[in-house]
Amino acid sequence: MKNVGIVIVSHSPLVAEGAASMVRQMVGDDVPLAWCGGNPEGGLGTSVEAILAAIDRAWSDRGVAILVDLGGAETNSEMAVEMLDGDRAHKVVVCNAPVVEGAVMAATEASGGASLAEVRATAEELSPA
Amino acid sequence: MIDSHHLRAAIVAIAASVSAHAEELTALDSAIGDGDHGANMKRGFDAVAADLDAISAKPLAEALKAVGTKLVMTVGGASGPLYGTLFLTLGKELAANPEAYVAAYRKAVDAVAARGKSEINQKTLLDVLYPVADALEAGASKADVLAVAGAAVAGTKDRKAIRGRASFLGDRSIGHVDPGARSSLLLIEAVAGVLP
Repeated sequence: MKNVGIVIVSHSPLVAEGAASMVRQMVGDDVPLAWCGGNPEGGLGTSVEAILAAIDRAWSDRGVAILVDLGGAETNSEMAVEMLDGDRAHKVVVCNAPVVEGAVMAATEASGGASLAEVRATAEELSPA
Repeated sequence: MIDSHHLRAAIVAIAASVSAHAEELTALDSAIGDGDHGANMKRGFDAVAADLDAISAKPLAEALKAVGTKLVMTVGGASGPLYGTLFLTLGKELAANPEAYVAAYRKAVDAVAARGKSEINQKTLLDVLYPVADALEAGASKADVLAVAGAAVAGTKDRKAIRGRASFLGDRSIGHVDPGARSSLLLIEAVAGVLP
């Protein structure tokens, strides 16, 4: 049984890669994991194309949870989810959680075989409403 | 009737205007955001302009969708999905109801609001796009629509940001024109300049 996948999206590729390496070290290799960061020119920002590619790399039929840093990362991730075909779009969520802690908590939950809803809820507990 | 030739002319005009005002947009964004709005908008509309032959060969609705997709894929900031959604929705609506331009514009602005989870009077591009929708529905002249849009941009200056990066500044966002409102006016002016 495959676990829920995690995608990390930051304006900075260094932040995204660093958060991903923390997930790998703390949680291990049982969770599909991908990251992306930077705008289409390589500067700070986010890219819908890169987010779509990261969703592909972290794909799991059980779903994919995306962790984002600031405004544009969230908007671009939501846009990317809408651009997936219908069956896949329903299996991807953008979590309202801090990117580093959220990614580690979501991956920890996912590594135990939790559902996408459980993974999301665990990450979002870090962001009090 | 509006067709792909008008869209072609509008894109050329928008790309030129965004390019000419890129530094101004970036300066506005540096005051209350992250200082990339000028560069992002320029990258997006330069990419659309570079693809103009292929885009304007399509029927208007399809061409508008192609513009939206290109913006989504190339802008790199939140303005990509926001302006991208504006053009994508215009295309979708005109595909369903050709020539219902004003209704399509209203739906497109609603879609931008949904994309940004925002509403009017939160110091965003919606503060310009919505009053323009009202003016168009009221049958205002081109000059009146432009006057409404210009006043709406100025009106963002004294408003506090609720959405986006500027909202982190709270009261300190007051006193600065919103960069997205300013770029919206550039688009509206460029489009007004080429429409019949």
